[in-house]
This record gives sequence, structure tokens and C-alpha cells, in this order.
Amino acid sequence: MATLSTPSPLRHTPGRRWRKARSAIGGILFYALVGMLVFALLAPFVWMIISSISPPTELASKPIHWIPEHPTLDRYRALFFGARQGEIVPIAVSKFINAMKSSLIIATATTLVCIITGTAAAYALIRLPVPKKEGFLFGMLAAQMMPIIVIIIPLYLMMQRLVLNDTWQGMILLYSGFMLPTVIWIMYGYFQTLPEELEEAAMIDGCSRVGALLRVVLPISGPGLVAISAFAFLYTWNEFFMALIFTASRTKTIPVIVTEFSTQAGIDYGLMTTAGVIGSLPPLILAFLLQRYIVAGLTSGAVKG
Amino acid sequence: MAATRRPSRRLREDRILAAVLLAPALLIIAVVTIYPLLHSFWISLHAWNLMKPKEGNPFVGLDNYINTLTDPIFLDSLRVTIIFTIAAVVIEISLAMGIALILNRKFIGRGLVRMLALLPWAVPAVVNGIMWKWILNPSYGALNGLLYSLGLIDEYVIWLGSPELALAMVVVADLWKETPFIMLLLLAALQTIPKDLYEAATVDGANVVQSFFRITLPLIQPVLFVAIALRTIWALKSFDLIYTLTAGGPSNGTSVVGYYTYIKSFVSLQLGRGAAVAYIMTLFVLILVYIYYRVLYRKVEY
Repeated sequence: MATLSTPSPLRHTPGRRWRKARSAIGGILFYALVGMLVFALLAPFVWMIISSISPPTELASKPIHWIPEHPTLDRYRALFFGARQGEIVPIAVSKFINAMKSSLIIATATTLVCIITGTAAAYALIRLPVPKKEGFLFGMLAAQMMPIIVIIIPLYLMMQRLVLNDTWQGMILLYSGFMLPTVIWIMYGYFQTLPEELEEAAMIDGCSRVGALLRVVLPISGPGLVAISAFAFLYTWNEFFMALIFTASRTKTIPVIVTEFSTQAGIDYGLMTTAGVIGSLPPLILAFLLQRYIVAGLTSGAVKG
Repeated sequence: MAATRRPSRRLREDRILAAVLLAPALLIIAVVTIYPLLHSFWISLHAWNLMKPKEGNPFVGLDNYINTLTDPIFLDSLRVTIIFTIAAVVIEISLAMGIALILNRKFIGRGLVRMLALLPWAVPAVVNGIMWKWILNPSYGALNGLLYSLGLIDEYVIWLGSPELALAMVVVADLWKETPFIMLLLLAALQTIPKDLYEAATVDGANVVQSFFRITLPLIQPVLFVAIALRTIWALKSFDLIYTLTAGGPSNGTSVVGYYTYIKSFVSLQLGRGAAVAYIMTLFVLILVYIYYRVLYRKVEY
């Protein structure tokens, strides 16, 4: 190892010390960039959390209190257990728990509907003889890209006629309709990666096609199912526009309630950020727990789309 | 005959099964999207103003379309939409590409950074809107506080006070939410490129810039296409952020077409006009999808 007498094929080999220094500087620079990135990703959200636990006097102070001196969970208590007597708060406070319940029911039910009907449809499209299959797939893609606003007026009239405005059933129907094309598209892409021979073997062994779907295909479709469930739940939980138009006192969801924290004195930013933090928790937890499946689903769906 | 009858029965059974499996999903999609899409076109051909119920809803042909295309407020919202879309997409795609290139190597904490990049994507758009509204608050907002304490501004800025500045702030809020998602898409694509391609290129004397344009870009082009197309379409459809952050103001400076349509349909209750604007917007989206498709896919054939 001592002799490196063979001439280097490269024109110039920088000294080892120089190279070491350069890679150290490179490393520091790299981590500085990563640090900046992490700061940019987190800072706005962390500021929202800090604001939610800062007492009102510290929220409205110049210069800014970056770290609350007297942190308080008062607003969280108010949103979950109601305001203290005599406290003047926006009406949205008393509706928060109901909105949470509403969002949970609608998002969970929509996810279930999407998984069952979407998986069935995707399986039919990939394995069974369907006339004009290409047309179906293109239609799904087009439906995914269509601005919701283009159909909002007829939907409103339809919901009114069917007495579905401001009902859970109505919202579940709407969200399922909008989520299904995406779900079918992702599941179709996932099924493409499964070998057909598995089902054929099962069917030769006397399994019916439905039996093969239920006992052979579904058990190995875990990652795909997890990805579409996560998407369906997140989309439905976060959706705002349709909720704004179609929900009222009974089924108002979290995104709508979050925008309603104003009183005659103006917007109550403390309560609004608190509602924002709580409302973000379910999608955030889901995204962090299932990140592997989500990123895989995003990329596979995207590349094939 | 017996030999052909058996598979044909199997085929018939499969067809029936296909219909049974497809029916629920297609029924829901038809009720929620296809029927309303046709109905919406029908409405767009009628004068229908809920503020003037006595006038009914007579057929007016393409009047709603003509009135929309000659409405200066619509044209202004179209201008705002185009500026917002171009700014958001160009900045987001280049930023995302840059970050993805930096992160495309093994380093301590890579998994953590990738996980954190999902945060803005998972946060509801509405929450993003109220979060930035608070950060940009002219009196107690964190942005003013930060810039002031760093000595970068002498007095607090009213960020959402002028049309131009407000639009820039909408773009900033959009950047925060959308860039990390695009970055993850691009990063995943970068990781599929075999490392030996770069090594071979380096041996052949290619520098970093050359390898980027000759290896990286052509190989991730399909994903890049999808990212640009998706982002453009989402940007054109923007509503939640505008509604919560600026409500289209000040003086319609951030009123994108989506917001204009909402106002026409649900505030001024001109249903025919609203439907016409929405159709124009959809057409716009479709044309863009088609252009992207042509431009970016033609290159692959070379």
C-alpha cells in the first residue's frame, strides 16, 4: 500500500489532504442544505402548533414571542370539552366535536366503498373480457382530471331532489364517485404487477374465479389496498369545496369548521390554529405510518398514468 | 363443437362476472360525474338566475359563453390564473428537481427527511390557507416578526394588501404545500436510474451538467411529464387556498377562475353563467393536457 508508483490515468490527482478537506466542506454544505430544507418543511406547521398553545396576550405581541412563556392547553380543552361559562368564543367551538365525528364517519365509509367497488372494477378491467377496455381506462383518467366545479350545480340540484344535502349518505356517495377513478387506476396498476399464473393455478385446482380473487389475489394485494385506502381517506378528510357546498349544520366536516373561527371582533387565530392542528393530525398520522405504501402508490400510479 | 362450447361458456360467465364487478363502481361514477357533466352543459345553454326566479330559465344558446368571454372580470381572473399557474408550476418543478438531485444519495437521516416531506402534502389545503393567513398577518404574523428581527424590513409589511404581493404570497403558500410531493415523485424516479450509467459517463469524460442533460433528464422524462401535467391541472383548479387565504382579494387580484366560478354560481346565483365558466375552464384543462402530451411525448420517439 505504501507505493503508488503507477501513474494515474487522470491528468491531475489532487492531494489526499485537499480531497479530504473538500469532502468535509461538501459534507457540511450538504447537511446545511438538508437542514434548511427540514426547517422550511417544518417551520410553518410548528409555528401553528406554537400559536395554538400560546396565551392570547403572547399571540398579540410585538416583538413576537417565539417560545411561549406560559404555554396553555386551554384552546384544546375548549374544542374538545366546550368553552368555560361566560367565555366568548366563535360558534364553531361548540360544533368542533360534531365536525370531527362527521369527518371520521364520511372518510371511513367512503374509503370502504372505494376499496370494495374499486378493487372489483379494477380486477374486472385487468383479467376479464370487457368491451372497449381502453375507453374505460381513458374515461377514468379524464374523470380524475375534471375540475369538480364543472358539475357542482347539477350535483347540487340532484342532491336537493334526492334529499341528500347535508347527509352522511350524500357526502359518501359524492366522495366515492370522485375517488373511484383514482382508486381503480392505482389498483389496476397494482394488479398488473401480479402474475396471472397464480390465479390460473388456483382455478385449475377447482377454485372459481371469484374464489381465486378472494383467496389468492386479495391476500397478496396488501400494499395496493393500503395505498388506495390511505388516498381515499386522506382525500375525503381534506376535501373542502364540496363540503362547503353540500354540508350544513348536521354534517359539516373539519375543513369547513376550520374556516369558521371568526367572531364580531375578527378572526380568533388562536382557536383557528388549534383546530388546524387537530384537523391535520389524522391525515398526518396516516401519512407517516403508511409512507412506504403511499410513496410507492404515488410513483407506480404516476409512472403508469 | 363440444370443444368450442366449453370455453365459450367460460367466456360468457366471465363476461357476466365482469359486468357484476364493474357495475357498482360505474353506477356511482355515472351518477356523480357523467350525468352531472351532461346536465351542466344543458344548464350552460340557459339563462338561469336564482336571483330572478320570475324570468325562469329560457334557452339562450351560447349567450352565457359569449357573455363570459367578454366579461372583463372573467378575463382578469383568467390572467390571474395564468400568472399563478405558470409561477407556481415553474418554481415548484425546478425547486423540486433541485432538492431531489441533492437528496438522491445515501446520507444519515434520509428516511426522516423523506417522511417529513409528506407533511405538507398530508395537511388539508384549508389548513394550509389559514396557517399562512396567520403567518402573513400584518400585525402579529411570524413572517413580519422574523424579517423585522433580522433587520430585513424596517416596518411591518401588509403582505396581502396589494394585488401583486398577495398573489406572490398565494404562490408561496402553494409552494410550501406542493413542492415536497413533486420532489418525492422525482426522487423516486431518480433512484431507479442505475448508478453505473453515471460512472460510465464519467469515465467517458462527461461532466455533471452533461450527465444531467444526457442521462438524468431523458430517463426521468415520463415522470417529469406527469409531475408538470398534474401540477398544472391542480394549479388551474385551485380554490381552497384562495378561499381561505385571500378570498380572491384584494380588488380581485387573486381571484382565479375557480373562485370566479364559485362566486358566479353560489354568491350571485347565476347558474347558467357559472356552468358556462366551468365548461370553459374544463376545456382549458383538456387543451393543456393535450399540449403537454404532444410536446413531451414527441421527444421520446427520437
